Amino acid sequence: MLRHVPLLTLVVMIGPVLAGVWGTFLPAFGHLPGAGLTGPSLEAFRALLAWPGLGQAVWLSVSTGILATALSLGIVVLVTAGWSGTRAFGVLQRVLAPILSVPHAAAAFGLAFLIAPSGWLARLTSPWLTGWARPPDLLIVQDPAGLAMTAGLVTKEVPFLLLMTLAALGQVQQHQRLKTARSLGYDRVTGWLKSVFPAVYRQIRLPVYVVLAYSMSVVDVALILGPTRPPSLSVQIVEWMGDPDLSMRLTAAAAALLQLGLVIGALGLWRLAEIGAACLGRAWIETGQRGGPDPALRIGGIGLGALSAAATLLALLGLLVWSVAGFWGFPNALPDAFTLRNWDRHGPGTLEAAAETFLVAGAATGIALVLVLGCLEAEHRSGRTLTTRGLWLLYLPLLVPQTAFLPGLQILLLSVGADVGRGPVILAHLVFVLPYVFLSLGEAWRAWDPRIAVVAGTLGAAPWRVFWRVRLPMLLRPILTALAVGMAVSVGQYLPTLLIGGGRVATLTTEAVALASGGDRRAIGVYGLVQTLAALLAFALAILLPALVWRNRRGLHV
Amino acid sequence: MRYLTLATALSLPMAALATPDPANWDAVLAEAEGQTVYWNAWGGSTTTNDFIAWVGDRVAEMHGVTLEHVKLTDTADAVTRVVSEKQAGEDSDGAIDLIWINGANFAAMKEADLLFGPYAEQLPNWQYVDTEDKTVRTDFTVPTEGYESPWAMAQVVFMYDTADIDAPLGSMSEILDWAKANPRRFTYPQPPDFLGTTFLKQALVDLTDDPAALQKPVTDATYDDVTAPLWAFLEELTPTLWRQGRAYPQTGPAQLQLIADGEIDLAISFSPGEATAAIANNQLPDTVRTFVLDKGTIGNASFVAIPYNSGSAAGAMVVADFLMSPEAQLRAQDPEVLGYGTVLDMDKLPQADRAAFEALDLGIATLSPAELGNVQPEPHPSWMTRIAEDWAARYGTGQ
Repeated sequence: MLRHVPLLTLVVMIGPVLAGVWGTFLPAFGHLPGAGLTGPSLEAFRALLAWPGLGQAVWLSVSTGILATALSLGIVVLVTAGWSGTRAFGVLQRVLAPILSVPHAAAAFGLAFLIAPSGWLARLTSPWLTGWARPPDLLIVQDPAGLAMTAGLVTKEVPFLLLMTLAALGQVQQHQRLKTARSLGYDRVTGWLKSVFPAVYRQIRLPVYVVLAYSMSVVDVALILGPTRPPSLSVQIVEWMGDPDLSMRLTAAAAALLQLGLVIGALGLWRLAEIGAACLGRAWIETGQRGGPDPALRIGGIGLGALSAAATLLALLGLLVWSVAGFWGFPNALPDAFTLRNWDRHGPGTLEAAAETFLVAGAATGIALVLVLGCLEAEHRSGRTLTTRGLWLLYLPLLVPQTAFLPGLQILLLSVGADVGRGPVILAHLVFVLPYVFLSLGEAWRAWDPRIAVVAGTLGAAPWRVFWRVRLPMLLRPILTALAVGMAVSVGQYLPTLLIGGGRVATLTTEAVALASGGDRRAIGVYGLVQTLAALLAFALAILLPALVWRNRRGLHV
Repeated sequence: MRYLTLATALSLPMAALATPDPANWDAVLAEAEGQTVYWNAWGGSTTTNDFIAWVGDRVAEMHGVTLEHVKLTDTADAVTRVVSEKQAGEDSDGAIDLIWINGANFAAMKEADLLFGPYAEQLPNWQYVDTEDKTVRTDFTVPTEGYESPWAMAQVVFMYDTADIDAPLGSMSEILDWAKANPRRFTYPQPPDFLGTTFLKQALVDLTDDPAALQKPVTDATYDDVTAPLWAFLEELTPTLWRQGRAYPQTGPAQLQLIADGEIDLAISFSPGEATAAIANNQLPDTVRTFVLDKGTIGNASFVAIPYNSGSAAGAMVVADFLMSPEAQLRAQDPEVLGYGTVLDMDKLPQADRAAFEALDLGIATLSPAELGNVQPEPHPSWMTRIAEDWAARYGTGQ
């Protein structure tokens, strides 16, 4: 039984992606029998090319994706190079970890209010500093270059990459490398970049690719912060999918294939840039140059990291204030009155959506955990570890853009008669939750000292007894953390819930994004906060539970 | 024998028969009891969401129908869904039982045979509906033929902040003049948003010399001439818009936030009572009032329709019927709730219901039916499609 778990996991995780891409492929070439269309034809691609916004939409997807990835990686590298091991780094790490679980949509709403010309920053400084009695006519949110959208992505991707980097640091003997470099007279940042970064980057390469693929094809953040004339390609795909004119769905499918091609192309480009950077880097290392703008880089790194954290925290605070705001005109720094009316109006709705959210997240994460534990235990017993190719498979669902396979998956699920609703949504969430749970738990699982199992075995415990009575309890903390990661991933899912749920599955995220289109900041504040709390709750439990369970066996847990 | 019945049933033409049959209302009520109706309606307006929740409570109490509001960001999502279901052969119990539908989507779904019916004119409360003066039997000039039932009347009004604008503006040219004198203080939702295209239609109706042409399908021969004044108007207007037209609010309610933020002073609305309701919800400053244009403004009805593959058509009809009831219509017209115009004919109502409507205080920013004045008919939907495409080509891209 256990032998088959890895294969089953693979099918559950990769199957929907491949099926979805296939389901997108057919309509792109004119085959959509339900609309009375049979292919093959290139009409959809012709229509796509005739769309006047195509060039800009493509450029927007590529430029914001690459910029967001490069900035996030740059900030993380500077912060880690300049500060890892210091107290400031510890503080930043503790602040950023919960931000990781803040859903993208909630962070984006908050950021939009923060930076808009009539936003909180402008209100806090007007009119005494800026002289603005009315908001200035500046195009900050929804700017044509997508900078607001890029900023929104960076604030969320920095914590992700930082945590991935921290995990990698543990495997590359950072301290020895750095000590050697320092003893050779290198400054902190230069030494880190020359001696530690090459090894770390090898470990975080796949997460960086995930950030790139995600940033290029994100929908919810782009809906909230991105430009609209035209929007990014992924947003346009979702719009075409919803057009009453059925032939537009073919265009959407063609655009989805283009999106897939763009992501593959950008990943290729990034890979080339890696090779180029490696060459340059090697040359730089070989010069043996000491010194450089070390203090400036250190301050810049921590500054940008702190800015990214502060933006998200202020954004969440903004949501809180709006959720209890009476009338709040510009340029008042705070509302005229505070009221619980907004919570009265929207609170009951959020509870319903929260129940649905937890049901879906709980089921998806539960299934994911069972499968991942099965895989890891099978790996442990057979002695075979995950190969590089296996790791790529694990990352595949995160690398294929959601807009490329979810529309096709929707059609496919319907055609095999799977009833729409919660079940298929849970399976769709599983595709995204599984890799994160695996990645989150895998390392801790493998780091567990196998001699403990040998000792238990010599005392007469069968393998399953070792599993249940020794390994699981000892690994309680990483298991709960993996669960929390899975829950947070599920809570934040927008497109899978919307498309696969057929609208029948209303989670906090779909409700919040639907409300965003109406622009009612009070409602958005309530939903955004509840959505964030839902994601944080699991992390809180992951921290509290082990402390309770292990309160008198502190040395035992990992 | 059973096979024979089945064979007979299969050989009957499908379209003429709505099952369950709305003419047999008791049977509909019996079948509806215990059904769950998934109503796909745009979820961006919190006041509408609250109203739909109330409708759900009432139909549950009266008829045992459970109403679930599926909140859409775009009504077209629902159409897409039904199309996918048809494609997948899901013909008997689709995800959607009721759609708050607009003219373009209705025309598309009706033409593709994706709707259940005809049912609307057999509903018990149809007897009170104003079929004379209100456009409840055509939707954007397309005959409804009983495939959708009306539940609210909408008419274009402009919301303006009296703190910044002294007097109502009487025409699109006056709006242009004001915008030139007060640049960056006006915008409209970005087409193809429904209210955005409504603004374009309203401008066209107000500016054109040939209103009769708009009632007929668009032709290549008429299009350029008839729409020329609109594009000339937009060429002048766009540079004066909020953000110089480089960005637009994505929906109607997003304009409320812009007024409250002091970013704009004037915005279009398709609901005469929206401003009053928004003031009550702290979404607008209490200095906002509304006006209509001197020549009148576009008006139309909001409809609900039932997809052909609804598994709870009986329940959906019960909801559709309740929406037309004096009780629901009165609540919808209450400015504290929605402030939507009623589809009912006051003369057809029982005395007590009529009195209740007359007693309703419409609120500070709502015009009375007399002040709303002339209702201009909607142009044929082919105009809207063509204009929206043209707008997208001219202003939709190219930052």
